Amino acid sequence: MAIKTPVSLNGVLNVPEPAAADRSAPARPETFDAVGAMPAQPAPSPKLQIRGLNVFYGTFRAVRDVDLAIPGRSVTAIIGPSGCGKSTFLRTLNRMHELVPGTRVEGSVRLDGADVYATDVDPVELRRVVGMVFQRPNPFPTMSIYDNVVAGVRLTGRRAKSELDGIVESSLRRAALWSEVKDKLKENGTSLSGGQQQRLCIARALAVDPEVILMDEPASALDPIATLRIEELIAELRETYTIVIVTHNMQQAARVSDQTAFFSMGDDRAGYLVEFGPTSRIFTNPLHQLTEDYVSGRFG
Amino acid sequence: MTAFSPSRLARRGSGSRLPDRLFRGSSRVLAWALVVSLIGLGAMLLVNGWGAFATFGPAFVIGTDWDPVKNIYGALPFIVGTLLSSAIALVIAAPIGLLTAIFLAELAPRRVAIPLTFTIELLAAIPSVVFGLWGVFVLSPFLQSTIEAWAVDTLGWIPIFAGPPFGVGLFAAGVILSIMILPTIVSIAREVIGSIPNSQREAMYALGATRWEVVTRAVLPAARSGIAGAIILGFGRALGETMAVTMVIGNAQSIPQSLFDQAQTIASQIATTFNEAQVGIQTSSLIALGLVLLVITLGLNVGARVLVGRTVTGAGGR
Ligand SMILES: Nc1ncnc2c1ncn2[C@@H]1O[C@H](COP(=O)(O)OP(=O)(O)OP(=O)(O)O)[C@@H](O)[C@H]1O
Ligand SMILES: [Mg+2]
Repeated sequence: MAIKTPVSLNGVLNVPEPAAADRSAPARPETFDAVGAMPAQPAPSPKLQIRGLNVFYGTFRAVRDVDLAIPGRSVTAIIGPSGCGKSTFLRTLNRMHELVPGTRVEGSVRLDGADVYATDVDPVELRRVVGMVFQRPNPFPTMSIYDNVVAGVRLTGRRAKSELDGIVESSLRRAALWSEVKDKLKENGTSLSGGQQQRLCIARALAVDPEVILMDEPASALDPIATLRIEELIAELRETYTIVIVTHNMQQAARVSDQTAFFSMGDDRAGYLVEFGPTSRIFTNPLHQLTEDYVSGRFG
Repeated sequence: MTAFSPSRLARRGSGSRLPDRLFRGSSRVLAWALVVSLIGLGAMLLVNGWGAFATFGPAFVIGTDWDPVKNIYGALPFIVGTLLSSAIALVIAAPIGLLTAIFLAELAPRRVAIPLTFTIELLAAIPSVVFGLWGVFVLSPFLQSTIEAWAVDTLGWIPIFAGPPFGVGLFAAGVILSIMILPTIVSIAREVIGSIPNSQREAMYALGATRWEVVTRAVLPAARSGIAGAIILGFGRALGETMAVTMVIGNAQSIPQSLFDQAQTIASQIATTFNEAQVGIQTSSLIALGLVLLVITLGLNVGARVLVGRTVTGAGGR
């Protein structure tokens, strides 16, 4: 099947990343608050700009009116009580929601300014740029570690062994797994421990050279030590990638993220964004009572 | 009283464990009964068919003459007919069945998949003899005047396509068998494909795969042993199928010389001649023929299972 290359998306993906220069700025201005919906002053253009996003499963509205600007090369945590639409929201960012029949989206998601829902955008190409890591490690059981890592690369038709070898090594190194598996690349991916499998899945996502990585509770199925390794890994990856991570673990959000979005659920069970800001402020000085109750453990 | 008084942990009276013991006992008896009856079946065939093996030796299996007049019995024509007709059925039904299963499990919307699945599974409920009638009156004449006539005309110089096109014969038997084993292959393959967890599909989609790539690179590899199982079960069904084959294969007593030649299978030979067989070496030969079929079927199943097991455990690769 021919893979359509969306001209408009690719065109803007190569725009230089202004947010990178801003990375080291000590205190980010409080311009990302959802309360004000839009930044109050000119800010570095965000990697992902979400506007008026509503997500429906059939007639049920799971996510309501989300406005959010996710800066590039940083870690954005999404927290909130179970069922408030965190996973649903995350999956709309690379159009994974379209795999569930009957799902519908209103509003816009812009990646470097390009609308990812535009009719000429191919979701297949989008997902190469916006990768995903899931809650449960899901390596391909019939593939070796090596083949798992390059599974996505092979989809692009690249086959040269020397090139694949290089991608396998660099991806596994970036996923902090190389030293543990370099002598058994031919072994089955499922022969690894749960934490190793999850890092293999991260390596697999990195191998296709994405710009954004979505992680849906990537450590919730892992033990504390494996969790720690994943968190260290995320800290390293944020130098290069834009990471959006859903987590139930407050400490984890506080440890790994630069900014945090808190979602809650309305009376109609639709999830909405309560508050968004630098992680330190969300956890120490939230603007909303709901946020305060949640992060202090009095709720959810 | 201490919390752990011995009486609290003591085994209660044997009465409360009676259902447990009854259940275990009866299931063990049933399991062994199955094994014993299979062995008994084999032993019965061996004892009653022994005369043929003792008289002809290896020639019973490799001999090409089956002649009740001279009382010479060599089963090779029927062994060849059985394997070839089933192989033709498999060549037709395996790809069609697999594609159908993929369509039903992965591509078709539910409102299409459900009635279609139902219809295909209904095929399995059609009595064999009805297939046979249809084969005699519809399929064979159709094949004779179309595919067979065309193939003999244009490809006839290749020995396996040599004429004359009888209609009734090996090819018609293979085609009818393919239709009969299709429901088996489709329904098992569809179930196996449907049982692959969604997380596998999502993993592939998230790497930027098209639907086709998700099916071919994530779903089918994960389902391959089950799919192999589905195809083997279909083959097994084709090997033993009797009635419909008897009606369309032509019942020739020699090895078929081409795809369109008339032939005979083991099952069909037993069914068509057992009633008139003379007590003695002829009956014994037919029983021995049954044993040969049993051995072929069991051997294929065992061999296939070993193969399937190897593909699963040896999954590393390249
Ligand atoms: N495939 C689906 N079909 C219909 N409704 C769905 C589907 N997936 C999720 N929902 C509903 O959408 C709402 C949000 O679900 P979602 O999985 O996004 O929540 P979540 O915040 O990720 O929860 P958790 O923290 O438990 O993972 C829930 O009410 C859920 O029942
Ligand atoms: Mg979730």
